Amino acid sequence: MADTMQFDLVSPERRLASVQAREVRIPGADGDLTAMPGHAPLITTLRPGILRIVKADGASDDYAVTGGFAEISAAGTTLLAEEALHVSEVTPAIVKGFVARAEESLRAAKEAGHQDLVDDAAKLLADMVAMGDHIGIS
Amino acid sequence: MPSLKDLKNRIASVKSTRKITKAMQMVAAAKLRRAQEAAEAARPYAERMNAVMAGLAASVGGSDSAPRLLAGTGADQTHLLVVMTAERGLCGGFNSTIVRLARARAAELLRQGKTVKILTVGKKGREQLKRDFAKHFVGHVDLSEVKKMGYDVAQGIARDLIRRFDAGEFDVATIFFNRFQSVISQVPTASQIIPAKFEGGADGASALYDYEPSEEGILADLLPRGVATQVFTALLENGASEQGARMSAMDNATRNAGDMIDRLTIVYNRSRQAAITKELIEIISGAEAL
Repeated sequence: MADTMQFDLVSPERRLASVQAREVRIPGADGDLTAMPGHAPLITTLRPGILRIVKADGASDDYAVTGGFAEISAAGTTLLAEEALHVSEVTPAIVKGFVARAEESLRAAKEAGHQDLVDDAAKLLADMVAMGDHIGIS
Repeated sequence: MPSLKDLKNRIASVKSTRKITKAMQMVAAAKLRRAQEAAEAARPYAERMNAVMAGLAASVGGSDSAPRLLAGTGADQTHLLVVMTAERGLCGGFNSTIVRLARARAAELLRQGKTVKILTVGKKGREQLKRDFAKHFVGHVDLSEVKKMGYDVAQGIARDLIRRFDAGEFDVATIFFNRFQSVISQVPTASQIIPAKFEGGADGASALYDYEPSEEGILADLLPRGVATQVFTALLENGASEQGARMSAMDNATRNAGDMIDRLTIVYNRSRQAAITKELIEIISGAEAL
């Protein structure tokens, strides 16, 4: 088994990373998961969180993603993120923007009075806040 | 016969026009490069998205539980035409070709007794369609304030489309835009975005994926994104096409201005020569008469 795999991180506007990775920790919608070479083929949606790439030389790179989906296949892992930023680029103002947007959608969902939407939006908000905390700490 | 003064003014004015068109051409060339880069950078995402969606659509599409965005409403009565044009003119046939395609489609649908609704993106298309189809307009997206074509713009348009679809305002949505081929060739294209259609079927391997949460869950999450991605691709292609079209139009204009200056200069020189000759004849015959 190869000990590295091809990993691509792409956003709608550009390709952010294309590296050989030992493992990739992905914030999946149903919980974090770590993809390593030889992982079973999987497609999962993402929740807002931190994506960690461990490169071939053992160094790791963190990205903040706000949503999207990941495709793990034999050929490698591709992560299609709606928005992705390297952790070093994330500023408190950006996180605040994300949180504000999540709050906005929560309010909109409450007005619409659709319980599922409210739950989704509330979770989104919590995830955003958690992501902000995580970056604040690290 | 225009006087020498007239000719001189005319030449000066064509010269300054040439300067303007030349400048516009260079600006368009710079913008074109940027637009092409943006379109290039967006391609990997769109391709992956398309591949994954095609796989999902193939495995879920047949079932009754398929989301409406994929399966459609079951009707084919109301068509929404999303016509994407530029905010500005002076780009050759760029806007007209899109409008012509959209107009032909609208006329055909109307002949078939369908209801046609038109959503315009970009000012020029709205102006050109207003005469014939003003009563079919349902909305307009103004891009004149948009400095850089970002994904959020596409998302906004996609969200609006999906909201209208959920409200039952239309059954089928088609976007019209120019696909960028080269600087001199842009192909007006119509592509259906709702119900979602994917080019190229699923490759056999995609059936082997595990899905988390469920196939339906992922599909429901991805479809709106797929629509946004398609809109985004169209916007970027359109942006590159617009600059390409403007560049070649301005190149032509610059060359024509050059030709015109040459012709005017010849006329100017000839009439000046004629005037001099005439004066000489007058002087000489005056002297001989003495």
